[in-house]
Amino acid sequence: MRITLTVNGRAHEVDVEPRDLLVYVLRERLGLTGTNIGCDTSTCGSCTVHVDGESIKSCTLLAVQCDGRAITTIEGLANGALHPVQEAFTSEHALQCGFCTPGMIMAAASRLNEVKDPTEEQIREGLEGNLCRCTGYHNIVKAVQKAAAAG
Amino acid sequence: MATTEHRPNIGATPRRKEDPELITGEARYTEDLTPPRTAHVVMVRSPFAHANIRGIDTAAAKAHPGVSDVLTAADLEGAFAAPLVCAWPIVDDIKIPPVYPVEGTRARYAGQIVAVVVADSRAAAQDAAELVEVDYDPLPAVIDPEEAMADGAPQLFDDVPNNVTYHWRSKEHSPVPSAGDPDPIMASAPVVVKERFRLERLVPNAMEPRSILVEPNASQGEYVMTSATQIPHIVRTVLTLITGVPEAKLRVIAPAVGGGFGSKLQVYAEDAICLALARRLGRPVKWTADRTEEFVSVHHGRDQWQEIELAADADGKLRAVRVRIVAGMGAHHLLLTPGIPMLGAWLYGGCYTADAYSVEIIGVFTNNTPTDAYRGAGRPEATYAIERAMDALARKVGKDPAELRRMNMIPTDAFPNYTIMSGLSVDSGDYTGSLDKLLATLDYQGLRREQAARRASGAARQLGIGLSTWIEMCGLAPSRVAGALKLVCGLWEACTVKVMPTGTIQVMIGVTAHGQGHETTFSQMLADQLGVDYDDVQIIAGDTLTVPFGMDTYGSRSLAVGGIAMHNAGEKVIAKARGIAAHTLECAEEDLEFANGSFTVKGTDRSFGIKEAAFAAWTAHNLPDGMEPGLEATYVYDPPNFSWPGGAHACVTEVDTHTGAVKILRYVSVDDCGVIINPQIVEGQVHGGVAQGIAEALFEGAQYDEAGNLVTGTMTTYLVPSAAEMPSFEVLNNPNAPSPTNPLGVKGIGEAGTIASPPAVINSVVDALSHLGVTNVERPATPERVWRAIQEAGQ
Ligand code: FES
Ligand code: FES
Repeated sequence: MRITLTVNGRAHEVDVEPRDLLVYVLRERLGLTGTNIGCDTSTCGSCTVHVDGESIKSCTLLAVQCDGRAITTIEGLANGALHPVQEAFTSEHALQCGFCTPGMIMAAASRLNEVKDPTEEQIREGLEGNLCRCTGYHNIVKAVQKAAAAG
Repeated sequence: MATTEHRPNIGATPRRKEDPELITGEARYTEDLTPPRTAHVVMVRSPFAHANIRGIDTAAAKAHPGVSDVLTAADLEGAFAAPLVCAWPIVDDIKIPPVYPVEGTRARYAGQIVAVVVADSRAAAQDAAELVEVDYDPLPAVIDPEEAMADGAPQLFDDVPNNVTYHWRSKEHSPVPSAGDPDPIMASAPVVVKERFRLERLVPNAMEPRSILVEPNASQGEYVMTSATQIPHIVRTVLTLITGVPEAKLRVIAPAVGGGFGSKLQVYAEDAICLALARRLGRPVKWTADRTEEFVSVHHGRDQWQEIELAADADGKLRAVRVRIVAGMGAHHLLLTPGIPMLGAWLYGGCYTADAYSVEIIGVFTNNTPTDAYRGAGRPEATYAIERAMDALARKVGKDPAELRRMNMIPTDAFPNYTIMSGLSVDSGDYTGSLDKLLATLDYQGLRREQAARRASGAARQLGIGLSTWIEMCGLAPSRVAGALKLVCGLWEACTVKVMPTGTIQVMIGVTAHGQGHETTFSQMLADQLGVDYDDVQIIAGDTLTVPFGMDTYGSRSLAVGGIAMHNAGEKVIAKARGIAAHTLECAEEDLEFANGSFTVKGTDRSFGIKEAAFAAWTAHNLPDGMEPGLEATYVYDPPNFSWPGGAHACVTEVDTHTGAVKILRYVSVDDCGVIINPQIVEGQVHGGVAQGIAEALFEGAQYDEAGNLVTGTMTTYLVPSAAEMPSFEVLNNPNAPSPTNPLGVKGIGEAGTIASPPAVINSVVDALSHLGVTNVERPATPERVWRAIQEAGQ
């Protein structure tokens, strides 16, 4: 079936199967491979994107559920300059292998929209759905704090 | 020779060169690549831990739309010139039964590949895989390595009695003599403690699942493999052995790789299958693991029963260490499987002194996924045993655990090159210095007072302070030592430094990164050495075509081996440039001083820059007689010794005696990793390593049912911790023991956190409860296990 997705500000018409997941359509059909797949149980958060401004794991949504909606992926987060969360992730060394990073950044950016000045505990709990095997999270927390301070 | 004065980069934390493509989604991991005409591969895996295969019917799967082939072991006869490779036969009489990439007669673990489906799309291959009919005859399975070696246990291989693949004894098999004979001391010493620990299996869970793409040029017989691997060079050599594709016609590329932790230090069945299929089909072939598939198909770590005995004088002075390990190998050997427990065999005496030492290791086959290197590989196991046992000894002789450790530590003035009880020579260390710094940072006495107060008041939440004073051997390794330990390959490293005519520098290096920040660290080092800008240096790695031969990345060796290869290549470049500068300035080479990228005639302002030398070397219009044009050099470095980091960690926990819940209040580390190039990257390695160790102590452990199925086989049942489960870390360092064995004084740090932290955490939990009579909590120390330990101690 034919659906319309607005991805990173551009409208795309795509033919999809009813069983196609959003993450599959983003990666395989639109070539946006920045969104990663780390699990098959909706646990890891590597696939996190924004749908109508809210972060969601794109492996939990069918593409047809997104018909007519606006999606932002890691490729579309920087707006001319890096987003403050991207900037803070590199300055605070909040990534090592970088595989969890697109999802982690998308999740953090959306948490900061909800809570402007989070405590450490709020940051840790807010990112509970995103796993990182490399950093131990210490610098991810610092990066989110820094991005929060930067507004 | 000192070559630089001004070192703006070493010790600084420039922005990581790796990051821009990773934070914008531009990086390409293997799964991101799908060339035209790609065939997708899905593996059919045994659902039984142990079963004879009576027959396989592939007709329905072959008929499925989009399927190009379905292959069994019989179909692939001839595709493989040799079985899967084990490169570490640690004793002469080790039993290594041949196992091929696709099993045809008997599945020995749930997850073993029994057939392969190839289709135009992944979905079609997945659907067809469901249609492959395998007729299994299930057999009894055995999962626990001690049970597997008992008489009457199910046997995996007819010619491996009691499933014992090897028996390694330090007194018989170690290439270096270890101290004394522990047996008589154990029989007569005033104090003996004997501890027994179970180290459950761990599943590495790098966030990027394994992925392989092979692109053939069939008419030329050439192949390009892109793979989520830590070891492109070793993959190439080993795949040549297994598939017969000539090494010179096989190129292996590691693109962006999403973490490894040892799990991508392997040449797996899937690698050989994808290469064989690309050769057979003449089109690109791709396979990517699902996470759940990853759980059974990626090698596991640990899996040991440990018995450690310490003999001591009445005051706690250590006299002898005796260790017996029963190690689970899984269903067959992979690349380094047998050697992993033996890599720890040198460290069961920790950073202490004693008169006698022995270790024996029994390797046992079991009906589950093969084990192999997982972050630390053998060294976390050893450190766990000795550090837990030291706490037990402290309790037995009534001494504070910090004090007991200090009185037994190798003194700082014993270095350099002190021979430890296992017989290896340690380059440098300052163990008491690290411990002192740790205790001061903790306010150790203050914590002990608070602990006493909580005990006195009978508070529900008790305070625990757990220590771990650790050493490890990394920077793997001197090739002759590797040879003496029966490892089939050498462990040198190669690097080429090339100064281009316009002055930027390419570094082609054999070690390859998957998160460690090599580009950044190596650029910092070379920029200071050659006196050029950080941004002028480009690090190239992870491609067998473009970089010199290398031995790849594991064992915290990238800096201490690869980095020194680069440094020494840099020295050769400077030496050649010096000849060009002397020729141009018409002076003797000895009259030149090199600093900040320029050669200056001593006592004058006449100078010639290294970039000018590169241009002169490129035009070759006016070089000294006999000099080759071009300014580049290659160095192949084989280190004279391991590097020996060490340190002291403490974990402060609050344990709820009603629920068994453990909360980490503080985690403090003081590590000696030699000279630090980039403090931010070093701290990041410690954070990640400690987190993995905490996870090992509190959350992670592979559990199997009676039939041998992995019941913690998904990310929802196997607890990889999130940010909500982790504390912040206080990371300090001890700069007092740079390595004397390399010109930069560097050691390794990649595995330190994972080696040090598990005993610190469990010692802390036991310490919180020791006044209740608790002496052990098995790991992972889940609330239920902690609660049970309290109940059992109270009975
Ligand atoms: S891929 Fe893991 S949550 Fe979506
Ligand atoms: S940076 Fe590697 S998984 Fe997070």
